Amino acid sequence: MRQLIVFILKEFKHIFRDHRTLLILFGMPVAQVFLFGYAVTNEVRDAELTVWDRSGDYLSGELISSMVGSGYFKYEGQVTSDRELADGFKSNRYKLGLVIPPNFARDVFQGNAKVQLLLDASDPNTANILNSYASAIIGKFISSHTKLHLPLNIQTEVRMTYNPELKGVFLFVPGVITVILMLVSALLTSIALAREKEMGTMEILLVSPLQPATVVIGKVIPYLGLSFVNALVVLLLGFFVFGMPLHGNLVLLLSEFILFIICALSIGIFISTKAASQQVAMMMSLFALMMPTILLSGFIFPIDSMPRVLQWLSYIIPAKYFIQVVKGIMLQGTGLSELWKPTLAIAGISLFFIIASIKNFKTRLA
Amino acid sequence: MKQVRVLLIKEFKQVFRNKGMLPIIFLVPIIQLLILVNAANFEIKKIDFAVYDPDQSQLSHQLVQELQSSGYYHLVANIQSYRQGQEYMDQNQIDLLLMIPNQFESTLLREGKAALMVDISAIDGSAASVIFYYTNTIISGFNKQIVAQWNRRPPKGRERQLIESRFWYNPELEYKNYMTPGLMVVLVTMVGMFLSSMNVVREKEIGTIEQLNVTPITKTQFIISKLFPFWVIGLFELAFGLAIGKLIFDFPVLGSLPLLFGFAAFYLTVVLGIGLFISTVTNTQQQAMLISWFFMVIFILMSGLFTAIENMPPWAQVITWFNPMAYFVEVIRMVLLKGSEFHNIVRHFSVILIMSLVINSLAIFTYRKRS
Repeated sequence: MRQLIVFILKEFKHIFRDHRTLLILFGMPVAQVFLFGYAVTNEVRDAELTVWDRSGDYLSGELISSMVGSGYFKYEGQVTSDRELADGFKSNRYKLGLVIPPNFARDVFQGNAKVQLLLDASDPNTANILNSYASAIIGKFISSHTKLHLPLNIQTEVRMTYNPELKGVFLFVPGVITVILMLVSALLTSIALAREKEMGTMEILLVSPLQPATVVIGKVIPYLGLSFVNALVVLLLGFFVFGMPLHGNLVLLLSEFILFIICALSIGIFISTKAASQQVAMMMSLFALMMPTILLSGFIFPIDSMPRVLQWLSYIIPAKYFIQVVKGIMLQGTGLSELWKPTLAIAGISLFFIIASIKNFKTRLA
Repeated sequence: MKQVRVLLIKEFKQVFRNKGMLPIIFLVPIIQLLILVNAANFEIKKIDFAVYDPDQSQLSHQLVQELQSSGYYHLVANIQSYRQGQEYMDQNQIDLLLMIPNQFESTLLREGKAALMVDISAIDGSAASVIFYYTNTIISGFNKQIVAQWNRRPPKGRERQLIESRFWYNPELEYKNYMTPGLMVVLVTMVGMFLSSMNVVREKEIGTIEQLNVTPITKTQFIISKLFPFWVIGLFELAFGLAIGKLIFDFPVLGSLPLLFGFAAFYLTVVLGIGLFISTVTNTQQQAMLISWFFMVIFILMSGLFTAIENMPPWAQVITWFNPMAYFVEVIRMVLLKGSEFHNIVRHFSVILIMSLVINSLAIFTYRKRS
């Protein structure tokens, strides 16, 4: 026991003496949360709009100003031909073009006006959203001038549950916490262990009176502490800066943190038993661990929209369960009675990797 | 010249002898590409919903029918109370809860208007707004339909269209066409930056850097010979990725490939320069890796790869000006999908050139031939 404590202290000193790593370790999640909170958004604003106004009457001018007034579009001036528009698209000067036919005002009053929207659909998502916004604005504009209204009117009242202001950061905070825990626990641990192997110091540790288990536990405990503190920082940021709620139980949330950290650590140890050098350990962690964690966990992209095969694959990604748990506890206020399934899954994955690492652990290197 | 050649041979041998790295350089990115392209999708294809319908009228049934026949909506349950609906939502079983009030039909016919209530699970804010848009479109379409019935006019075919929308360059709105080129940039950048940032620092950590330092090679020669192998690998990776992407996803290639590779060649010097710079200022591979990862994440987030740069607030857009990845993501999409030509991307070219000069001079300047 004493040996273990001494060993852990040694490892802590190693980590704390490396100021650069520490700075990055704590700076990165903060930078990420701010970027996700403020900069990364799917909301369309100021899409560059150009108009080919072949009518040039007062009503076409009114239509343009009502589009610009919506805040979704930024008016980038007129074009006078398809060619000009195409070149603007190719230089990314415009996102959409509105073609207003001749005699627009007359047609509107006669009830048969027709306009054309040309969209740069190389980005299909944005094109789709812009199309729906523009169509809604134009449709409203035209029908307000033709006095067409419905005798029977269904009104839809909508309520956005859990996140009434539709803040993107609510989705991202759990994701950033997950990625940070994975990064610190799995990636750094696997590298730290592979480093001992590469430098040859693993040999020294293995012939020392320390048990192999003591060596491994001593190596990973500091990272457990570090990642836990890191996750707390992100949590506090989400809470105080972005007003993210915590509807559920804090103790449960923190215990889930620790469970997930253990899971990530066990994966990190497993990788290091397989990798001979730091580079290999790093590449394995990056490609086999970090990318799936970011992509297949529902962090950014909805799992439901993925092809079947990837949906199946997502079942073995622990981050998927963890994100479910964090969202559940923080946003939906659910407890263990709803979340026992993902919790069990994380525990199961950890157990699997712990056993696999023990089987794989070699007490001699050659 | 001969010195550079010898050093190059050494570097290439080192890369190709490392059996652990080879599959990582060549195989893993391809697998990643396949997974990424399929996973990176904001589209919403299935909306699970529940209905609370105490009205049980002809109209309310028709409305539910209308939602289901759109193909997006999947009815999970007919529920008996609002509480029950909330439970479904808490357990993530539904995305949307439709509540039709008692006497919906009779209110609508008597007073000419009636309200519906829709609850949407908005944890993912952007998905929620898309779901809201879909739902609204269907309900107002349904509205027009019953007005036509009410007026005892047979619905006259399809409603006359006021607005004709044309989607250029990607009429089927195939999201993969958009993501594949962008992801290629991520792969090339990742491999280039990580390999180069780990390189010099590895020699430092193992101690072999001393042996290089006592040789007569100059700093510039040293940097060039460190850079070149990864430059070749990076370009190869791009070609390989394009070929695979073309074979499997068949995305359009409208523009000129030489133009694209010309740009990539300059872009890679920037990426490798950043990697080398990181490598010269760090002491351990772990540090180098962390710093590269830090920059990678920021580069990716601020590149417009997943979310458009125009949507960002102005201060964030200013940050993207300094992000080399933002330029390449834009250029590869412009060239491949829209067939942009050199004069369309002159600005991107010049920025990348300047970046390359700055970062590589920095790398050469900070590299010291003594420890």
